[in-house]
Amino acid sequence: MKHTIYFNGDVGIKDTFTIAGPKEGEGPLANYFHNVLRDDILGQKSHEKAEILMMKSAIKNILNRTDYTTEDIDCVFAGDLLDEITSSNFAMREFPIPFIGLFNACATFCSALIMGAIMITGGYAKRVICATSSHFGTVERQYRYPLELGAQRTPLNQWTVTGAGCTLLEGGEDHRVKLTAATIGKVVDYGVTDSNDMGAAMTPAAMDTWITHFTETGRKPSYYDAIYTGDLGHAGSRLLKKLMLKEGYDLEGIYDDCGALIFNREAQKVGQGGSGTGCSNLVFNSYIYSQMMSGRLKRVLFVPTGALLSRITPLQGESIPGIAHAVALEVK
Amino acid sequence: MENKEYLEIVKKEMPKSKHLKTMVQAFFTGGLICMIGQGIADIIKLIFKDLELDIVLQFTTLMMILLTGILTGFGVYDKIGSFGGAGSVIPITGFANSIVSPAIEHKREGIVLGLCTNMFKIAGPVIVIGITASVLVGIIFLFIGM
Repeated sequence: MKHTIYFNGDVGIKDTFTIAGPKEGEGPLANYFHNVLRDDILGQKSHEKAEILMMKSAIKNILNRTDYTTEDIDCVFAGDLLDEITSSNFAMREFPIPFIGLFNACATFCSALIMGAIMITGGYAKRVICATSSHFGTVERQYRYPLELGAQRTPLNQWTVTGAGCTLLEGGEDHRVKLTAATIGKVVDYGVTDSNDMGAAMTPAAMDTWITHFTETGRKPSYYDAIYTGDLGHAGSRLLKKLMLKEGYDLEGIYDDCGALIFNREAQKVGQGGSGTGCSNLVFNSYIYSQMMSGRLKRVLFVPTGALLSRITPLQGESIPGIAHAVALEVK
Repeated sequence: MENKEYLEIVKKEMPKSKHLKTMVQAFFTGGLICMIGQGIADIIKLIFKDLELDIVLQFTTLMMILLTGILTGFGVYDKIGSFGGAGSVIPITGFANSIVSPAIEHKREGIVLGLCTNMFKIAGPVIVIGITASVLVGIIFLFIGM
């Protein structure tokens, strides 16, 4: 069975919208975000409520920007990192649009893009919104410790990105950036047990998806102007580059990682970089999309990665499985 | 690539904790916290000259706990902790922080099921192990004493 599917040039990106938290707004991509928040609680009673609000306003904003109403959107694919993907489910209370919730940890945004593109190419939908969000406060609390606990972070830790973003996919010929192919990833587990070391847990998944993609399409990495992984962080992406070189794929100069791009690692003290469902989403919908719109990047392979653990699985001695999906985008 | 082979590469390639640096940081942070405690004890002794040493020390502990509670509430103690590591975890201040921080965090889910349920989420193991150890030591001493 083939893992790569082709969209034959009739799915394009109509528009994108991103809301970034204050720390992300101090990072190197600040000017690319559509909206930077001044605080991360947004006048709400909890961070969970703030995340729901972020997701809601991302979807509202993209509807405003494109002059579409909820009637014009055929489906929403969304997800986040919280138990029972509450941020997405609760945000969707506001919108009378058919909705499917997804969870692939930090790779959720890519699964949303793939599902949306499949819906449109299959002729089941004309317009689909793909959205994800994550919030430092809610994720820390669910997966790690209370925010005010004086715990030391290991050097391999990554900083969960606060932000929400969405992409409006549309069928038809008149879009500049098109989705051309996608490789659906498998769950890959090489037995990494350190839940602080997400980069190492996800690297084999990214490798697996890449090699599948390059083999099945017959493309070389140099076919693309840029290849991005989701949130392997600095150390993880360095490891991936080395391992890929061993397999015979040279990625020097074309590969970067969204988690490494979103923060100033040294100055902002974020460990190995950003992570979370919002990470690859924010970088894609702001920086990568604008680079493609301005023509600086013509062919991009976007490969968000996810570490599929819960709070209890490492305690029960389970290792951390990873997953990575790939989407190829081209400027037409 | 085999699992084992991959894990070995990970072990070799991924950055490690800088133990010497963090140990020095922990030493000085812990030392500073103890110095502050000693300072408070000395001040109490100066003001209340007739107090017994036991009571002075108990007051000092209470003052340190109060101080940590305030610093945790204002979002300062987590910064001290991320710098000082074990240096700020081992003293009584670390214990106070581990109780105050979940209390703040879970206040939003209500007083009983939020705050009270989760308050000892992190400090719980310390209490359980502490009590168990004291009982065991007590039993041993009981027999040795006989």
